[in-house]
Parts: sequence; C-alpha cells; structure tokens
Amino acid sequence: MYLSLRDRPPAGPDARLPRDARPAPRRVGRAVVVLGMVSLLTDVSSESVAAILPLYVTGVLGLSAMAYGFVDGLHQGLSALVRLAGGWLADRTDRPKWVALAGYLLSALARLLLLFAAGLGSVASVVAVDRLGKGIRTAPRDAMISASAPPEHLGRAFGVHRMLDTLGAALGPLVAFGVLWAVPGGHRVVLVVSLAFAVVGVALLGLLGPDVRLRGPDGAADREADGDPPRVRLRDLADRRLRPLLLVAAGLGVLTVGDGFLYLALLEQGGIAAVWFPLMYVGTNVVYLLLAVPVGRLSDRVGRARVLVAGHAVLAVAYLCATAVEPAAVAVVATLLLLGLFYAATDGVTAALAGRLVPVQARASGIAAAQTVVALARMAASFGFGFLWLTLGVRTALLVVAAGLAVAVLAAATRVRRLDEAAA
Amino acid sequence: MSPRGRLTAFVAVTVVAVVAATAYGLRERDRVDEQRAREPAVSRAAAGSLARLPRIVFRHTGLDNRYGTVAMVALDDPRGARDFTDVQCDRVAAWSGGASCLTTAGLTGFEAQELDADWQVQRSHPLPGVPSRTRVSPDGSLVATTSFVTGHSYLATGFSTETVVREWGGGRDWGNLEQFDLVLDGRAVSPVDRNVWGVTFAGGDRFYATVATGGATWLVEGDLGDRTLTSVARDAECPALSPDGSRVAFKVDTDPGSGTTWGLAVLDLATGARHEPSRGPRGVDDQVTWLDDDTLIYGLPRADQPGVSDVWSLDVSPGASRAPSLLVEEAWSPSVVDR
Repeated sequence: MYLSLRDRPPAGPDARLPRDARPAPRRVGRAVVVLGMVSLLTDVSSESVAAILPLYVTGVLGLSAMAYGFVDGLHQGLSALVRLAGGWLADRTDRPKWVALAGYLLSALARLLLLFAAGLGSVASVVAVDRLGKGIRTAPRDAMISASAPPEHLGRAFGVHRMLDTLGAALGPLVAFGVLWAVPGGHRVVLVVSLAFAVVGVALLGLLGPDVRLRGPDGAADREADGDPPRVRLRDLADRRLRPLLLVAAGLGVLTVGDGFLYLALLEQGGIAAVWFPLMYVGTNVVYLLLAVPVGRLSDRVGRARVLVAGHAVLAVAYLCATAVEPAAVAVVATLLLLGLFYAATDGVTAALAGRLVPVQARASGIAAAQTVVALARMAASFGFGFLWLTLGVRTALLVVAAGLAVAVLAAATRVRRLDEAAA
Repeated sequence: MSPRGRLTAFVAVTVVAVVAATAYGLRERDRVDEQRAREPAVSRAAAGSLARLPRIVFRHTGLDNRYGTVAMVALDDPRGARDFTDVQCDRVAAWSGGASCLTTAGLTGFEAQELDADWQVQRSHPLPGVPSRTRVSPDGSLVATTSFVTGHSYLATGFSTETVVREWGGGRDWGNLEQFDLVLDGRAVSPVDRNVWGVTFAGGDRFYATVATGGATWLVEGDLGDRTLTSVARDAECPALSPDGSRVAFKVDTDPGSGTTWGLAVLDLATGARHEPSRGPRGVDDQVTWLDDDTLIYGLPRADQPGVSDVWSLDVSPGASRAPSLLVEEAWSPSVVDR
C-alpha cells in the first residue's frame, strides 16, 4: 500500500496534467477566493460579537464577570476535538463543501440563538454551538483549498485565504464600533448585523462555493481494484510521511506559548499600559494579514516545512524581544512584527503541508490531525508556561522557553528536507 | 440550479440580509431615541435640593432621558422625589466631599473620575477595561477602583481584573493590589493567576478585599503601609465592612457545584461566625453596602427589563428573617452619605 503513496496525490483537474502543460497561474483560483470571502464574512460576524460579548454579558444581561470567564473558557478547548470529526466526515463522504457548510450553518444558528439567550446557561450553550461549527468546518475548508490550487502554488493559495480570513477578524470589531456609534446602546443591533454577515457567508458558500471533490472529479483515479472508493482509515493518518510532521508540529507546539502571555510579559515589564492591551492583538493581526501572501509564496519557492520551522525560529526571537526591557517601544513593535510573521509562516503553511502528506482520501483528516496536534500542544504549552512564570518569573521563563524552542528548531531543521520532498 | 440562478439567489439573500439588518438598526435607533426622550417616571426634586442632606446616591437606571445619570434620594425617604445630577457613571461611590465615578465613553474608553461636591471632574485616570467596582473611604481620603482588563478570546487565562488604590485628590498611588505581598492561610504565596477586586476601607491604612487564585476566592485584610494582603476567610467575594467595623458582608456561591448562584453572607470579625440570611436574595452581583449597622443594600437587575435594576435592602440583624424589600426603584450602585 505504501508503495502507491509515493506518487503525488492528484489534486484538482490541473494537477493531473504534466507540469509544463499547465498554464502558469497568475491569479489564485476562484475557489480559493470564494472560500476566503466566506471566511472573511464569517470572521466579521464572529469577531464583531466577540468585541461586545464581555460588555453584553456583563452590562446588558447583567451576568457577573466570573460567568464571562466561564463562557470565555468554552471558547477555547471545544473546537480542537470536533475538528477531527469534521475532517473524517469530509473524507468519508468526499463532500467537503457540504460538511463545511454544515459548520458555517451551525455558527450562523448560534448568532440567531444569541439574540434570545438571557441566562448564563443559554449564552454558554450558544457559544458552544458556535465553536462546534468552527471545529467542523475548518478541516474540510482547508482540504478544499488544498485540492483547488496547483501544488506548486499551495502556499500562496493558503496565504490568500488566511489574509482574507484575518482581514475579516480585523474588520469585525470595527463593524461593532461603527454600529454602536450609529445606535448608542445598540448591542442587539450588533448581534443582528453579525447574523446578517453570517447568513451572507453561508449563502456565498452554499450557492457559489465550488463543490470540490477531494478525490478528483469522479474519484476514478483512486478507485481500488474492486471498484469501491477507498475509505479513510486510521492508518492513513499514521502515514509514514505525515508522522514526522505531526512530531515536528507537536515538538514546536509545546514550546509555543500563547501570544496573550507575551503581551502580559510586555505589560508586566512596563512596556505598555494596560489600556493598549486589546490593540496588541490588532497589531499582530495586521502584520499577519500583510505577510500571509508573501510568506506563502516564499514557502512555495523554498519549501513549506523550511518556512514552518523558520517561523518558529522567528517566534524564539519574539520571546527574546518580549524580555528586552529597553527601549520599551522598540520591544513592543518588534514583538508584534515577529508574532505576525510567525503566524504568516506557520498557520496556512501547516495545512498546506499536511494536505500533501496523506493519501488523497484522507486529506481533510490529515489536515485536521495536524491542526489538532498543534492546538493540543499549544494548550499544554500554556499550562506549562503558567507554571514556569510562577516559579521562575516572566523573564527567566521566557528565556528558558526561547532556549528550548531554539533547540527544537535545530532538531526540526534536520527533518525539513525530507518533509518538503515527501510533500512535493 | 443554473450558475446564473445561483448568482441571482446569492444576490437576493445578500440584499435581504442587508435590508433586514439596516431596518432593524433604524427601528432600534428610533426606539432608543424615543426612550431617551421620555421623562423619568419617578417624581423629581429640584436640582441640588438634596445635595447637603443625608442621602442615598446611585446611578439612575430608568429607561428615560436620565438613564445612567447619577441621582440621589433623601435617606429618610428613599421612595420619594429624586434629585438628578448631569453626571453619567457606570459605577459611583459618593462621600460628603464628592464621588468616585467610573464611566464608559464609546466602546473602549473607560475612565475613573474624581468628582467634587458640585459634580465637577477634578481628576481622571484611564481604566484598562469595563468598570467593575469603586469605593471611597468614609473620611474621603482614599479611593479604590476595580476594572476588568479587557483581553480577548485568545487569552487563555479567562478574565482578569485590575484594582488600584489612590489618595483622593492626587498624591500617593499604591498601584495594582496584585503587586502586594499575599499571605493565604499563613503561607506567603505569589501565584501568577491572582486577581484582586472589591475593596472596602477599614480606616487608616487598612482595608478588606477579595483575592481569587486557583479557582478559589478569599476575603483578605490589606495594609497599604506594609503592602500586604492576608487571608481572613475563604469563599467570600466583594466584601463590605459595616459602619461599626464589626462585621463584613459579602457574596457567596449558595449552590457550589454546577453553576453559580450568588447569595449574601455576613461574617462577624470578632467571633468568626458566618451567617447566611435564609431568605436572602439570589443572583446578586453587586458589592453590597451598609445602610446602617443592621441593614445591607444592593442592586439587583430586573429579569424582564434588560438594563433596568433596583436597589433592595435586607435586614441582617441577629434573628431577623424578613425577605428583602425594595428600597429605591430604577437604581444601581448605591452609596449612603449621612453627613
């Protein structure tokens, strides 16, 4: 079985043509742009609500901040586990568009329910439904991007998608501010506007989104001898080519402390006033969206695994910057630049890489596996780093993690060439 | 469906979504405008007529043209005529010489203001997030403010608060109380996840507050001079010291386990006896204050009217078993000024 996997898995119709017969694509395919726009609309929807949720829950609904912390916690963990199910379902049915659509629909439904949620229990369940939707849709959507772009431009395709996605995340809070400026106290108007964005996103995907088949136009190329379409099996995920990526992702992920910690470190050392705290996320996002495409293109040229590992080297430098006290302004700006670069070099690139390291019938599952490993490893990193911060103090803790990350990057660097060859 | 049909359908959905959201927004704006144009339903006293009498100062929460402004009623006639100021506060704590006012301007501008006896802003400090609590010491020499640190959903640490104590009128500033040395159950600790909120002043350099760490809350006694916080009891939130200094009232989770249902409890500082009024309120999320040595008052949101709350009172004298009673309607964040 593994012998056949040496071949490059076929992607879109173009992928089957000989390399030189393909037209050099100047622009990213329509499919990627449509998926990017769907993400943009959905992120405007979710981030506009996220911007007012603390005020809405504590101010309008009159729940305590402790309760908000509980809701916030739900935001985090839930999506990682559902993601695997979404990936598996997309592979199993070979209808990633409809699995993704179900995920987007769930999140739109959550926006609708939020209008009627009054107590802590109902707000918490609405947030849970939203995260469920996000978990389900991510891997099928990334598998569609992976299948709709020619392999040599995959990094750029993911870069374009992530740029649009992050743009939506940046616009969301602005939309919320705009609505509240026009309608003072109009928290519910923000919820309705957010619902409208979600509905348009769902309509765009459902009506104009490409019905990508992961196994090629009719699955014929991958049909096994007895005529049955190949099923997703667990062992597809234990693929010899995917395993090193999961290992590298886990190893680097457990040394990736959340950017919230870096901002807290800057805060702790007096680099910034607490008032500017929310702006740190905006700064990182702007850098990310500006660099997503150029770094994606770079990954197409020099190798995606190489860029992925180099991105973590950048993160190690960001840790050092966050510990540098003087001059504070330089430390803050440099940290934000490096964090944005880190996301540009790792987020889309991981999906681009993972989709090419598994048999074609397991593409969405492979992407989901890599993303879940990253998410779980980073969760462990947050817990671990909290402990280090407590025992060593913020400076030493960051220096220790930076040193660990440097060692992990060097170790991962030895795998880069083989990973890039396996994914080529 | 043909590609053209799909495109038409998409355009139709988009138009409907945009039109519906816009229509709702405009209707909502009209409704808010109409609401904000209404005169208060409560009877009004002449401006400034109650300003020098014993009084209860609070944030007016009636859905009318005075929504969110600071108002006051006479201490001996809390259901009577209401004297409105022109000041807007989310939280207000008044004393005879002025008031501490936490305000929200727009979505991100949060501010702590010191107002003089004529409600003029003397000093202001930016807050890092949504206002939570404020208290002034009875002699007006110290002011405490608590606000949330507005993080973002990425922040895995949940919610975070910043509580600051300053000298009234400028001068000394003790900074964030999280930096104070913390002693819990006799052990010096410095957990990174600690949060401090809900200060109540106890005279001199002393105060009480809430510390949360590791999922538990503590009533702590603080000392500004030594910069220390020392635990007094567990499971107590948002303390309020009685005027005679003998008892502390606070919020407790009456239903530990699944959810959180806030009730009230009173701790006798001399004996350590804790008393939970059997008919006390449920769902209180306010820092209570003392009307006198036997009575607590606190704000409670109305379940059926978002944004509207009332101030209730509860008799906590030994042996009392009366249910809470409505003290000031359409009010929030009360403080008692008896001089």
